[in-house]
Amino acid sequence: MSERVAIIGIGFTKLQPATPLCSFKELVFEAAQKAYADAGIRFTAIDSFVTCAEDLNEGISIFDEYTPDQLGAVQKPMHTLTQDGLHGIADALMQIRSGIAETVVVEAHSKASNILTPDWLLDYALDPVYNRPLDFSPHAIAALEMNRFLTQTGITVSHCAEVVIKNRLNARRNPLAAYPLETDPTTELAPYLCYPLREKELAKNADGCVVVVLANEAGASKARNQPAWILGTSFASDSPTLESRHWSNAEYARLAAQAAYRQAGIKDPGKIDFFEVDDTYAYKELQHVIALGLYDDPVKAGRAIETGETRPEGRIPVNVSGGALGMGLPLEASGLYRIVELVLQLRGQAGERQLSRAKIGLAQSWRGVPTTSGAVVILGSEPPHV
Amino acid sequence: MSRRRVAVIGAGMTKFMHRALETPKELAWLAVQSALASNQLKLKQVDCVVLGSAPDAFDGVHMKSEYLSDGCGGWRKPFLRCYVGGGTGVYAVAQAWVQVASGMFDTAVVVCEEKMSTCQPHPQAAFLTIFDPITEQPLKPNLLWIFALEQTRYMETYGITVEEIARVSVKNKRNALNHPAAQLGAKLTVEDVLASEIMAWPVHRLMVSPTSDGAAAVVLASEEVARRVTDKPIWIQGVGWCLDTAYWTNRDLAYPEYVEKAAWMAYRMAGVKEPRKEINIAEPYDPFAYKELHHLEGLQLAPKGQAPKLLADGVFDRNGDLPVTPSGGLLGVGNPIAAAGTMKLCELFWQLRGEAGKRQVPGKPERGVAQAWGDLMQVGTVVVMGTKKPQ
Repeated sequence: MSERVAIIGIGFTKLQPATPLCSFKELVFEAAQKAYADAGIRFTAIDSFVTCAEDLNEGISIFDEYTPDQLGAVQKPMHTLTQDGLHGIADALMQIRSGIAETVVVEAHSKASNILTPDWLLDYALDPVYNRPLDFSPHAIAALEMNRFLTQTGITVSHCAEVVIKNRLNARRNPLAAYPLETDPTTELAPYLCYPLREKELAKNADGCVVVVLANEAGASKARNQPAWILGTSFASDSPTLESRHWSNAEYARLAAQAAYRQAGIKDPGKIDFFEVDDTYAYKELQHVIALGLYDDPVKAGRAIETGETRPEGRIPVNVSGGALGMGLPLEASGLYRIVELVLQLRGQAGERQLSRAKIGLAQSWRGVPTTSGAVVILGSEPPHV
Repeated sequence: MSRRRVAVIGAGMTKFMHRALETPKELAWLAVQSALASNQLKLKQVDCVVLGSAPDAFDGVHMKSEYLSDGCGGWRKPFLRCYVGGGTGVYAVAQAWVQVASGMFDTAVVVCEEKMSTCQPHPQAAFLTIFDPITEQPLKPNLLWIFALEQTRYMETYGITVEEIARVSVKNKRNALNHPAAQLGAKLTVEDVLASEIMAWPVHRLMVSPTSDGAAAVVLASEEVARRVTDKPIWIQGVGWCLDTAYWTNRDLAYPEYVEKAAWMAYRMAGVKEPRKEINIAEPYDPFAYKELHHLEGLQLAPKGQAPKLLADGVFDRNGDLPVTPSGGLLGVGNPIAAAGTMKLCELFWQLRGEAGKRQVPGKPERGVAQAWGDLMQVGTVVVMGTKKPQ
């Protein structure tokens, strides 16, 4: 476990509601070119490649067939994970630590605009025997969970509405964001998707691609830009079965965070400077910061949004990038867009949203309804002590 | 470098069958349970779970990994699903090797599951969606056609006859008669194979593996744990994988370069310099009869174009000089895509431990290689296992 691993290059495209002028391969190619230039390496110097993608989101079975060419991975070790991009980061780290590779590339993209019936597709993620025949919208699972979460914690619907406004206002300072807040900030008046979940509390899909280059210490020392060191990373799954899951706590996030804190030697998560957490639904941001252990009493997460503690100028900035609510939800690439924000902040390249203090950041992902899987990555501007 | 040694300490599988009554979750759990039952490890002592499974379209479940996770034993554990098409079954073990060798985890369960029977009337329809949606799908290709192309190119390049290829079906289906989990063991002659229906010339029905339901699992442990729980660990000596371009039509199909690269990656790690001398037993991927020969050449276990001759000479028989596919392979045991690759690693585990019963190859084999292949004739995945601790 001694090998230190860093992110030495990132490449990304702007998130957009639709990208009619290019194919997914062109999105990936653009991000890859930028990432390799950012890292100052040629594709021939990369040992191994990982893509994170789901067949049904791509509309192609055995999607990993179409992953190598646009990354320069032909006749190289390459595989696909049907997981979030942050799982890919954990995988790359393990490949480097196992000594099988020195430089690994992780790619994830979204061409969500190609999916004509996203809700119908999500229906296919339900258990085919017990749940699908009941014929309900998968968003109802989020609504049920939100209801339970609010009841258990004392957090209110207006706290959730505040999350939407905070993140979409943050997105106004992020040139990558697809859905910055433009006019009406009154989320509470939006129609219900499924009670108590309102339409505006659901992040909208977006197209985009991120490519991340990771390297061992020797590779990091030659990087063109300041490396972002991985201090800890883990992933976990809770019960996928609706009938037996915990409907209030995000156990997957808690388990992944605890393992990552252990690796990073972090006893008090409050020491982390900023957080990029999953906010596919507004309440999820609050549920996730609680699971990350930021508050001893869950209701404090609600109060924090009232007092502005989680705004960029607050004590614990959460989703300075605008989160999925402001940037858009790029399917499996969601986690990697959070990595982009972490790296830019750590390097001091975040432009007008640059935080004054950004030495350690945490990214967390969730795979959306009906899943209970997620991952955590902690990055630092200084290499970890071994 | 802190690479740790990793051993396989348990293996298990379900019966491979045309149509299982179990749900996909139940199949996965049965395999995990039997793999764990073969050693002293309990599920709660397992640090992480790796799932391998091929297209979501078979089970008709989106985000199949999430649906299967508790069936695989992944509840409240680090769990992920890796994926390289048909090569997944062997790759998943390489993935778990990476996870344990890195020091992140001490123990891992690898399970590969496939339930093809839910795809009605035949999974071939799901396979249409693996082709490029713009340049290929409008031609309505299917797997039999493209593999008939590859077989033709292989035969044409080296002057191989259909009879020589039919021998693979005869050998593997005969070997499968001794496998308790086999779906299609049979005693056949070359004439029987050639008398079976032509699916797409030169591929006959008996040269094609069946569609199957099933699951297979292995348990991996770091050296420290392995020493504690078993006195017969089988060591993973090398892993390799290689993905070629998606533009398969631009590739010379006569020889699988990607398998060669994956094989050398694994052999280098295992310290194998002359594979033909240092490998005692091979389980190459045999979804079609010619593929076994094609892959043996890619694995450097036969000179290019020479595998059919070695087969005819009996070299690859169970009691031959280099036993190949003693399990019965995909042609005999069955082909639940990803699970079939892991079944090959289960076979190596049992053979190297001397626990393969009636299928046991003579002469106490010390090192074996398993390989799988997939995507658009595009990916090779290789694992080398042996009784000796890797350097």
